[in-house]
Amino acid sequence: MPVQRDEVMPIRSSEDVVRVRQMVRQWAVTLGFSLVDQTKIVTAASELARNTLGYGGGGEVQLEIVQKGIRSGLRLTFIDQGPGILDIELALKDGYTTGGGLGLGLSGAKRLSNEFEIFSRPGEGTRVSITRWK
Amino acid sequence: MTINSQSYFPELLKQYEQELLTDWLNNQLSTATRRTGLLKEAELREQSRQLMNSLRNAVQHGSLTDTNTPEWLPVRELLANISNTRAQQGFNPAETATFVLSLKKPLLTRLRKELEKQPDLLAEDIWTTNLLLDQLGLYTVEVYQKSREDVIARQQQELLELSTPVVQLWENILALPLIGTLDSARTQVVMENLLQKIVDTGASIAIIDITGVPTVDTLVAQHLLKTVAAARLMGADCIISGIRPQIAQTIVHLGVDLSAVTTKATLAAAFAIALQRTGATFTRANK
Repeated sequence: MPVQRDEVMPIRSSEDVVRVRQMVRQWAVTLGFSLVDQTKIVTAASELARNTLGYGGGGEVQLEIVQKGIRSGLRLTFIDQGPGILDIELALKDGYTTGGGLGLGLSGAKRLSNEFEIFSRPGEGTRVSITRWK
Repeated sequence: MTINSQSYFPELLKQYEQELLTDWLNNQLSTATRRTGLLKEAELREQSRQLMNSLRNAVQHGSLTDTNTPEWLPVRELLANISNTRAQQGFNPAETATFVLSLKKPLLTRLRKELEKQPDLLAEDIWTTNLLLDQLGLYTVEVYQKSREDVIARQQQELLELSTPVVQLWENILALPLIGTLDSARTQVVMENLLQKIVDTGASIAIIDITGVPTVDTLVAQHLLKTVAAARLMGADCIISGIRPQIAQTIVHLGVDLSAVTTKATLAAAFAIALQRTGATFTRANK
């Protein structure tokens, strides 16, 4: 998939989470996403950025505009070097949380995006990538 | 007997205070970086005179390498004062530090002239002077930075207060229009304000309007649910209004269950429900 635009933002504080949300919204608007699609990708980004901060101890997000045929989309990749996820299947289960939240962030982000990839190993950090097509 | 007997620097300041001050002022007044609009000449003269004076006193008995000692306290206080004023007057940190650093030139020139015949002592004193003024210059930047941070902290505090007004719409009906990002700190303030207002007014219905909240993710939803639960414990029912179509769809995808809470698309609809529940009725007056 050709990448048209690419930017990396740090996620080190809750202010960074706000900035990531604003940037994702800005990019989604540029791509011509509908209001519903904008809201979906921004909300998914918010969940994953907060996970990166809260569970991964901070990290970064890579924003990319990707092209597949005539469709363009927004791909977000969240990377941290935190403790990693022991059981990914369990982590993706609705209502499961180790941090006192609702336990819907990761699974919700998956449902809010068209493509979802997660790679994590204990001690090696976590990499979550989501794509939403226009 | 002073502890600085091996340095000529204290003696230099003592003997040539007036001359140094004149040279320094001439330098400052002739440089292009001076901001005449921001600082009056008289004020600059007074600040320079005070600094020169307290510097002279400090080096007579204080350490020449460490400006954190008590002898330096008057100098530090004076610099903090100048730095704060300049921050308010609109100077940038570089300009503020330059005020102190520009004193190097007259000092070093004078040192060279006086210690012409003692190159070892001259080298030593040049080094001392540089270190000392660098420390003082950095200190002004530190204070400048600090005063800016204070401004930011104060503004954040003001924002917290500003953004969470609880208004009474009608007898027994409160409304809380939320605007912007709902992080944990703000939510805490919001919740406290709302619960306190419920006590103060004895309201039975609180409308939480999220029209101004751009993103409702699971954390925001959780904060809302907790606020609703707390209000319920105090005997007040909550209605959440301002659920726009895109927010509704997102909440469904996220899997957040808001079915236990009455929700409405608009504040007007929520108000109508609230009036109904409190038993108030409205009729249009005949003209």
